[in-house]
Amino acid sequence: MIVRILGEGQFRVDDNATPGLNHLDTELETAVERGDEPAFKAALTGLLAQVRAQGSPLPPDTLEPSDLILPHQDSSMDEVRKLLTDEGLIPG
Amino acid sequence: MGVMKRVQLVFKAKANKALDKMEDPRETLDYSYQRQLELLTKVRRGVADVATSRKRVELQMNQLQQQANKLDDQARKALGLGREDLARDALTRKSSAQSQLNDLQGQYAQLQAEEEKLTVASQRLQAKVDAFRTRKETIKATYTAAEAQTRINEAFSGISEEMGDVGMAIQRAEDKTAQMQARAGAIDELMASGALDDVGGRRDDIQAELDQLSANSDVESELRRLRGEIAANAPKQLEVGPNGDGGQGGNGEQAQSQAQSAPYAPPAPTQNPQQAAQAAGIPVSDLPSANDQPQDGEGP
Repeated sequence: MIVRILGEGQFRVDDNATPGLNHLDTELETAVERGDEPAFKAALTGLLAQVRAQGSPLPPDTLEPSDLILPHQDSSMDEVRKLLTDEGLIPG
Repeated sequence: MGVMKRVQLVFKAKANKALDKMEDPRETLDYSYQRQLELLTKVRRGVADVATSRKRVELQMNQLQQQANKLDDQARKALGLGREDLARDALTRKSSAQSQLNDLQGQYAQLQAEEEKLTVASQRLQAKVDAFRTRKETIKATYTAAEAQTRINEAFSGISEEMGDVGMAIQRAEDKTAQMQARAGAIDELMASGALDDVGGRRDDIQAELDQLSANSDVESELRRLRGEIAANAPKQLEVGPNGDGGQGGNGEQAQSQAQSAPYAPPAPTQNPQQAAQAAGIPVSDLPSANDQPQDGEGP
């Protein structure tokens, strides 16, 4: 499975890591829905740490699309909300 | 569905939408490649912009540091001259310069981080663009338009995701740079207004007052030196004078009153108290009031 951390690049992560990631991802989603900033930060930091620890960076010249994409480290909750809409932050 | 999958789908939808616009898949390759080159130029310009901003902040930090050092120096001098009020003023300004400096240090670190991120992003994009170009040529040479479709979609999705990512990174860097520039502008204004008393800027009022104080103290020390010289020479003259017996208490008092009244007695034979005293055979050292009297009304 390929996971991209925005602003950092792509990582190949073993499928065994999926349950752990999904758990934190659910927390992240709940935090965004509730507008709970501390929970949001904690879940995002945890997710990024797991991907970095368990994944290996993909060579920069690969052209493979990612299976999952994570917001960048300093994202605010507001940015993530915008990211989740088509009209969001992605240029072009 | 979690956040990670939703974000991925948004990126994918964006790529598909761009693909759908193209009638000929091969056209997609060339068009996308042009866009990639444009984005590469843009991200490099972004790196340069952030670097410029960082250098500006660096310059301001140096100026503020110089200013803080100068104000510290001034406070020290002012205290040495017994002017606690001036020292307080200098230290207040120093603390203001220092807090601006701390603020700038934080901004500097942020800009540095942003510059590094963008540099890495630009290298990553460069690698992907190179890979895309190779893939593009292979696809064009090997496959018919119909066959090419799937491969083009793959390559396009991969690069499109990267382009979206880099585009967002540039946007973030631009936002940050704009913020920093606004604050840097505010600090420039603050310096120009004299609130922080820019080094080499307008005339510094604390410095002006210190210069004045130190000029006065130079005058005072010159005066002390001259008085010392005169006092040292006086006894020699007395030795050759008439009645050089050192005088008596009564005579001293007489000479003193004579000395004090001398300026107000027009027909007096001598013009100043020392001469009067010498003429009367009184050592000048017995005339405290003559030497200690302020000459110009600017006492210590």
